[in-house]
Amino acid sequence: MSVVEVLFWLLSCLALGSAVLVVTTDHLVHAALWLVVTLGALAGCYLLLTAEFVAWVQVLIYVGAVVVLLLFALMLTRAPTAPDAATTTRNQPVAILAGVATTAVLGVVLVDGFRGAEIDVDGAPSGAADSIGDAIFRHWVLAFEVVSVVLLAALVGAIVLSRRDAAELSGTYGPGAQHVPDKSPEGDG
Amino acid sequence: MPLLWPLLLSAALFGVGVYGVLARRNAVLALMGVELMLNAANLNLVAFDVWFRDVLVSGQVFTLFIIALAAAEIGLGLAIVLRLFRAYGHVDVDRVGGDPS
Repeated sequence: MSVVEVLFWLLSCLALGSAVLVVTTDHLVHAALWLVVTLGALAGCYLLLTAEFVAWVQVLIYVGAVVVLLLFALMLTRAPTAPDAATTTRNQPVAILAGVATTAVLGVVLVDGFRGAEIDVDGAPSGAADSIGDAIFRHWVLAFEVVSVVLLAALVGAIVLSRRDAAELSGTYGPGAQHVPDKSPEGDG
Repeated sequence: MPLLWPLLLSAALFGVGVYGVLARRNAVLALMGVELMLNAANLNLVAFDVWFRDVLVSGQVFTLFIIALAAAEIGLGLAIVLRLFRAYGHVDVDRVGGDPS
């Protein structure tokens, strides 16, 4: 086995092990931190597959932004920092079955279809920033523009969803109204 | 490197993500399961792109678009979770639904 293959094995085990911890740990905040390990290991896998630019984008966007957003959400929803005894729903047996079945079906199909195929990771790397940028702005410009509009729409949607309206601010909206920490009548609603 | 290694890793990650979405009680942790599934799809795309040696690098470009969409998704999802928390006082997906009062 070459160095690349050994490293890929190690990163695979790391990604898979921490992914299992993400979905099983009792500490809600630890789940987000294990997600960092999973995403970082996957970024390493991208690097080994010569997808350099994707690896750095993964580190910047996922590890840098998405996990921070998830931690913010955990804090804002008053997630307990102590171990939480009831972290799973009563669907857990069904969920285990669904997860194992999904993996089994995908695994059988992939092994059947791609047994013996080899990736040539020693050839010229294909994922440097200049070739990706060239492809995006030469061939995928329309998709790029559409993604920018989608991001704008998501931003507007998130603002609309999370602002407080007048009924909520006057404290007559639902039992959770008393949980709002900074409920001031002259707020930004 | 055999193409099967990244593909099987992504299949396993996808299964773990499915379990996370279905079994987790906290809505934010269910969203983490969605992130795991998106990453499994990304790994597939990158592996196939490198295998094909595509001149348009479509697999990697598509991965970048999926990462952007995942950022949009997580922003919207967390806005919905915060809305849920404000209406119910908790984010337990088993106990939501019906009249908040």
